[in-house]
Amino acid sequence: MHNYILNYLPYKSSFLFVDNISALSEDGVTGNYTLKKDAFFYEDHFPGNPVTPGVIITEIMAQIGVVVLGIHLMLTGNADKNVAMNEGSFPLLTSTNVEFYKMVLPEEKVIVTSKKQYFRFGKLKCLIEMHNTANELVAKGTFAGVIKNAAPKQSVNE
Amino acid sequence: MDRKAILNELKKVLAPYTEDKAMLEGINEQTDLIKDLKINSANLVDIIIDAESQYNIEIDFDAAEKMYNVGNCIDVIAEKLNPSA
Repeated sequence: MHNYILNYLPYKSSFLFVDNISALSEDGVTGNYTLKKDAFFYEDHFPGNPVTPGVIITEIMAQIGVVVLGIHLMLTGNADKNVAMNEGSFPLLTSTNVEFYKMVLPEEKVIVTSKKQYFRFGKLKCLIEMHNTANELVAKGTFAGVIKNAAPKQSVNE
Repeated sequence: MDRKAILNELKKVLAPYTEDKAMLEGINEQTDLIKDLKINSANLVDIIIDAESQYNIEIDFDAAEKMYNVGNCIDVIAEKLNPSA
């Protein structure tokens, strides 16, 4: 029901890691993604023994937990008044600190829950958890990001 | 609180965000947070938030934009601590 936000994500096909957004507010977001069996990274990670790379787990958490929430905050006017998105804008991760608890295999569905810690001066920082469908904690960490090329609102309106 | 006292407290605020502890020890008003202390630019936001709680002040967007070197940080903090000065 919040999937309209997916239209604003800048990622395409092999690097889009968001299927559904089930809850979205100015304080946080919940969404999910099901790992595709034929994803490009399984062939080599590892040959004959496909396991989702930690860097992909991190990316799934960042796309749902930071980018979707950040775009929502920008769109709903809860953003810092001096920060806006334009066509040249894209999200950049500025820090992560993640711990991994369980492996994720091809075709598994993962649920990402993010709670906003702060959104100030264009930087969004969140505490993010990933669970599997058995409600086991898969990964947990703190993420922060900014919008690159974010222009002051007054110049966007000109 | 004079500028020297603010600078000494600022060192504590900056400490978690720079790897260069020797440079931090010798900072002066001209020290640039990004170029000299090699601080991740996104962490300037965290430094501002930490400074707010350290000095019990509120820093707005316009003030935050000025805080790229130690002298400018001291200007902003001193002004917020003592608005009439």
